[in-house]
Amino acid sequence: MPALNSDELRLETSNDGIATVWLDQPEQSVNTLAPSTLDALDDATDAINATPDIRAAVFISAKPDGFVAGADLDALRHFDGPEDAAELSRTAHRALRKVRASDKPSVAAIHGPALGGGCEVALACDYRIATNRPETRFALPEVQLGLLPGGGGTQLLPRLVGLQQALPIILTGKNVYAEPARKMGLVDALIHRPGLHRAAEEAARRLADGDVEPDRDKSFTDKAIESNTLSRRFVYRQARKQIQQETRGNYPAPPRALECVRTGLEDGLDAGSRLESRYFGELAFTPESQALVDLFFLKQEHDKNPLHGQARDVETVAVLGAGGLMGAGIAEVSAHSAGRDVLLKDQSLEVAAQGRKTIWEDLSKKIGKGTTAFERDVVMERARPVPGYDDLADADLVIEAVPEDLDVKHTVLRETEEVISDDCVIASNTSGIPITDIAGGLERPENVVGMHYFSPVPSMPLLEVVRGGASSDEAVATATQVGLDQGKTVITVEDGPGFYTTRILSLYMNEALLLLEAGAEVKQVDEIMEDFGFPMGPYELFDLVGLRTAAKITDVMGSYIDDGHLGEEREARLSDAASTLAQAGLTGQKGEGFYEYDGRDTDGVNEEVYAFFGGPEREELARQIVEERLSMMMCAEAVRCLEEGILESAEDGDLGAVFGLGFPPSRGGPFRHLDRMGLENAVTRLKRLENQHGPRFAGPSLLAEKADAGDAFRKE
Amino acid sequence: MPSSLSSGGREVVFVDGCRLPFQQSGTGYADLMAYDMGRMTLKGLLSRNDLDPDGVDRVVLGSVVQDVETSNVAREAALGAGIPKHVPAFTVTMACISSNQALTSGAELIAGGQADVVIAGGTETLSAPPIRLQPKVQRRLFQARKAKTLGDYLDLLKGLGLGDLLPEAPSIAEFSTGEVMGESADKLAAMFDVSREAQDEYALRSHEKAAEAREEGFLEEELVPASVPPDFDPITEDNGIREDTSMDKLSGLSPSFVKPYGTVSPGNSSPLTDGASAALVMSAEAAEERGYAPQATLRAYTYVAQDPGEELLLGPAYAMPQVLDAADLGVDDIDVFELHEAFAGQVLAVLRACASEAFANEHRDGADPMGEIPMDKLNTWGGSLSLGHPFGATGTRLVTTAAHRLHTEDGRFALVSACAAGGQGHALLLERA
Repeated sequence: MPALNSDELRLETSNDGIATVWLDQPEQSVNTLAPSTLDALDDATDAINATPDIRAAVFISAKPDGFVAGADLDALRHFDGPEDAAELSRTAHRALRKVRASDKPSVAAIHGPALGGGCEVALACDYRIATNRPETRFALPEVQLGLLPGGGGTQLLPRLVGLQQALPIILTGKNVYAEPARKMGLVDALIHRPGLHRAAEEAARRLADGDVEPDRDKSFTDKAIESNTLSRRFVYRQARKQIQQETRGNYPAPPRALECVRTGLEDGLDAGSRLESRYFGELAFTPESQALVDLFFLKQEHDKNPLHGQARDVETVAVLGAGGLMGAGIAEVSAHSAGRDVLLKDQSLEVAAQGRKTIWEDLSKKIGKGTTAFERDVVMERARPVPGYDDLADADLVIEAVPEDLDVKHTVLRETEEVISDDCVIASNTSGIPITDIAGGLERPENVVGMHYFSPVPSMPLLEVVRGGASSDEAVATATQVGLDQGKTVITVEDGPGFYTTRILSLYMNEALLLLEAGAEVKQVDEIMEDFGFPMGPYELFDLVGLRTAAKITDVMGSYIDDGHLGEEREARLSDAASTLAQAGLTGQKGEGFYEYDGRDTDGVNEEVYAFFGGPEREELARQIVEERLSMMMCAEAVRCLEEGILESAEDGDLGAVFGLGFPPSRGGPFRHLDRMGLENAVTRLKRLENQHGPRFAGPSLLAEKADAGDAFRKE
Repeated sequence: MPSSLSSGGREVVFVDGCRLPFQQSGTGYADLMAYDMGRMTLKGLLSRNDLDPDGVDRVVLGSVVQDVETSNVAREAALGAGIPKHVPAFTVTMACISSNQALTSGAELIAGGQADVVIAGGTETLSAPPIRLQPKVQRRLFQARKAKTLGDYLDLLKGLGLGDLLPEAPSIAEFSTGEVMGESADKLAAMFDVSREAQDEYALRSHEKAAEAREEGFLEEELVPASVPPDFDPITEDNGIREDTSMDKLSGLSPSFVKPYGTVSPGNSSPLTDGASAALVMSAEAAEERGYAPQATLRAYTYVAQDPGEELLLGPAYAMPQVLDAADLGVDDIDVFELHEAFAGQVLAVLRACASEAFANEHRDGADPMGEIPMDKLNTWGGSLSLGHPFGATGTRLVTTAAHRLHTEDGRFALVSACAAGGQGHALLLERA
């Protein structure tokens, strides 16, 4: 029996002629699909075909935790050009076509993630068997990186599971877990983890003997819709419409992927595959894809604690203000993802208990999606409401999420400090009050840091850790570690009003209010910024955050700006409209705001707000003006944060703006956006804006320096 | 921590044990409550030992699937069997090792001086699992107690659909993991590389051994014949033993839990069974005073618990070495092994784990492996696969059989062990008296 050993895989054959290809990349904890893997697969298939004694083959991973986690992304960054990338796709097609074309049946045995190229290897086999474990999942996540599945995914998946089931998987990159995968026919059978290889061998044996015929029957309606050209055309049209609605043309990958699917089904596999390779190559060199790949790597690099080894042990987290949405969210991720004991404290036990209710409701929604009812119960028992400060004595980390008022914060934190240990870290979830000011009123300012979360906490990926003037490395390291354990991507910034994220956001939001004063129309501005790539426009965001909260933030930021904290020469003009509106009873989504809410989102502008901005006369502003005033305000402020040392790096700035504020991912973040625009161009635009609208648009000197030097913020 | 019964407390002896012939669910005892079987077994034990019930200090029974009408089934069965009303009785539940827990609870009462004479056992019917109404209907029935007028009753029906009225069958899945026990056994067998063929061979052996033991009359000694209303035909034998089974028949059965590539089939799993068992235990002095010749002395026992998600049925591989260590004995010192056979795959996995160096290394802090259990000392009179497995009654059956085998096979030490839902396990060491 042949044995074939390469760096990438081992080929073994059983006595009764069942070959097993063990995928096992050296020195990696997970397999990826590198060009060398494709070559090795090609050789293995040749060896299997050339050996008469081999009756069937099993493809399985030798790694304990996963099948194949997708293409080797690092290789993506080193392509010479689109043709180079397209050639990789063609190589994958060749290798996998050989597997498909072999007379000998092939079985993919999958445990853990089978992503991208891994999923495509599985698709190329005749039969798929997977473990019934929650970590087992299939996905074609290429579109999330601005690409498309280039190893035949757009061709093979629709043929296997049908057009309608395949489209959402290809166009959104969503995960398909074991049981749904079996139901839709993506896998043929499930088995427990320890029995995977034996079961795959058994399946291979039965396929070779002709004892098993996979059940690939689609439902009656799917068959009816997909069997004729006319109704398929309808499905394509609907998909195109939905892509346009969701991406607003900012992402070139999904429409290309759809075109590959269509070509494959209408003009044949060869035509579809050729197009797939061509588009794959082209997409790899779009700025959108490059920005998304960059964010992917930035996130990965931020998975480690930069102050590793200095964090204090945290067994118990106490949340002050745990009855509110923010506090409950922090308590939830502390108990669930981070697995800590959590004390919920609020004005009374009853209010604190409301936090538990919020956690229960959120966790209940996740049952069946990675969480079980039992796991929810275990997490709930970790979250304990307490009536008084004395109960906080055991806390190792206290996170306060009480109202944004320095006096209130000082009052609760002083009471807390009296009962907690000297080593207990105190974190403030303030969105803007400088940590140094908060620490200033306390006994042990070295223990005080900022942990700035974003709402809703369980689903927003960013945590901004703020180092106050007196914060110790241990305190920062502890906050960072808990944040990582909570599943957050953590950036660490220096102290200052609004830190990084709130500072750039509040100037952006302020500019939106000034636009209204200049006669802009609510809906039009929101639409323009959504087209720019933000998940929602500024006024919709005002309503979501709540105008009272927005007014508070303006207050905080305003007083510091007035004090000259953001630069003497800036004379920033802050609109007090948020506070005026809040005082007039307009609160945002909970009542009325810029939009009318009749209990739900009605999408109707509340015309009354214009009274606060110079009357009902509105004019349509040029798209470019709106876009430029808002985006340049935010980007220039980000540069200033880097210049002042609030930000440690432009990378942190990009990650923070995308993950915390929803800055368009396709643009990669403010710094990448400026680089792409060209820094000289950015300087010119800011100059023009300064001339038209005053000194608040004065360009930061770091920008001018970089522009003069022909430099960029982000090193490629 | 394993408890060594001989040191510290008073010595506890096993005087006698017996059981009703086990019947596959839905057959001989289909119309009985667990209470009926418990009562019949207690009465049988009293009669065959000529025991004055007035001298019993405590009755302890194990039971798993509870009937709310007899939630303390030990008390009802004891009263029914004529045990005087002043003798306290309690029921314990610990899945498939419930009657082991009943027995060791009784032993502890004796060792600690709380009792001299204890009857311990278990009873179980799986013919009539309690069916529950859906919570929506339950709640309305509760409210109905306050309803007075027709209008009140009609209001209660509002919003109820026909589907809501369907009863819910009890789930046999592990509560914390949602995994059905057969899936766990299938997984465990794969973990220890136990093939379908090996499982079927072991199941066949269980039936062959049980049939032989019945033929030889070995089982008779532990059986109390039953006769059941309305026709009162005597039931004198276990009806799960299939002397006519074969590898051909067994290998033809489809896997029942993990389809289609699993290895656990109905043929190599223990069947749903009804039955009851009981044992008479005393302090050594009490036995002597009353003129009873004990069959064995209880030497040491332990309970263990593992992750129910990973090692649901592997308890014996942890429990047996603990007990051997506590008694300073090795595998070779044991003459009789009685292992609960929940699934053939589970038994074989336990045997492999016991012999495995890797297992001892990884899971028992680098201890030496316990060693190989010789097949000629293991379950030589059949086991749960063939005799059947009434959850709450199996434990006392194992101990009773072990004691009887010590005498028949002329051995000194017997080691009894069983696994249970929840990832728990038990082992008990007997020495022939």
